[in-house]
Amino acid sequence: MEQHSIFIYILLSIVITNLIRVTPMILIKGPITNRFVRSFLYYVPYVTLAVMAFPDMILATPTPLPGIIALLAGIVAAWLRLGLFPVAAICCVTVYLLI
Amino acid sequence: MTVDFDILKRNELRDGLRDGIPIAMGYFAVTFSLGIIAARAGLTAPLGFLSSFFTRASAGEYGTYTLVAVQATYVEVIAMCLVANLRYMLMSAALSQKIAPGTSWFHRILMACCVTDEVFGISVAHPDYTPPAYTYSAAMISTLFWASGCAVGIVAGSLLPQPMVTALSMSLYGMFLAIIIPPAHKDRNVLYALTACFVLSGLCAVAPIIGEWSSGMRTVVLTIVISTVAAWLKPIKTEPMEQQEPSSSLEWSSRDRGQQS
Repeated sequence: MEQHSIFIYILLSIVITNLIRVTPMILIKGPITNRFVRSFLYYVPYVTLAVMAFPDMILATPTPLPGIIALLAGIVAAWLRLGLFPVAAICCVTVYLLI
Repeated sequence: MTVDFDILKRNELRDGLRDGIPIAMGYFAVTFSLGIIAARAGLTAPLGFLSSFFTRASAGEYGTYTLVAVQATYVEVIAMCLVANLRYMLMSAALSQKIAPGTSWFHRILMACCVTDEVFGISVAHPDYTPPAYTYSAAMISTLFWASGCAVGIVAGSLLPQPMVTALSMSLYGMFLAIIIPPAHKDRNVLYALTACFVLSGLCAVAPIIGEWSSGMRTVVLTIVISTVAAWLKPIKTEPMEQQEPSSSLEWSSRDRGQQS
């Protein structure tokens, strides 16, 4: 297997990420009207973050249990709309106390 | 091409800084844990700083670093960046409606590059048209903290005791939860979609064959499949674009403002 260059990985991610940001600004003259496209784009952010959070969150701890409890604590805190930083802090403290 | 820098008003720069500082604080904590993951992928602190400075994408960077750590193919990295950052396309599209007519392409493109969940949130919540200066100064202060947090995380991650590193690595997942859960509270369809995500993602991780996929591959495939099915079964109501925006980031910004005033 060939060795991949870390610089190429980083460069690719920088170029692609910013192209995604700039493309709609250049292409879109009016609002998007296609209902399916808009619905798809509406769900994508939530779905991506959800599949990234689970099961990775409970695999990151030495045993699954602290991760599961942190996940539940985080969901409750976020449900109560505590905000970005408090939710993140609650997850960290929960895991720290349990491992 | 002449660039109209004189549209950058001092009070708009100051307002952007004011609203950007609370975001910057949160960013530092989150990228610290991103740095821990970047260190595992072999990034040095300067490289992590540059990478974070120019990408500014929580999920996208996380996905990229986990793929780099396992020496995945370049195609996988491209697919991951496309899918994990697809939401920025939506945000950029919405922001395009908030820029005053006659604003130069230079400022349109630079404003698009500033889009992150939170900077987009405060920019689109700005009354009337969003002045470029406001977005720039909020993006600049938060990006500096974002990149610094990553660099510090790369260095400190190897110095801290292992239980603390594990605990801190939870902050990124906490941030994900803070973004996805409040909209599920408001929109039942998002709640259904998230439930499907947790169940299917868990199943795919342990299933035969699919369980062998990299987590990046799993993310890409599941995102496309679940979002397509959700859009097909539960299409959004057709309203003007801005009202359909995921409002979580807007809520953060109004809360941040409330604390300041």
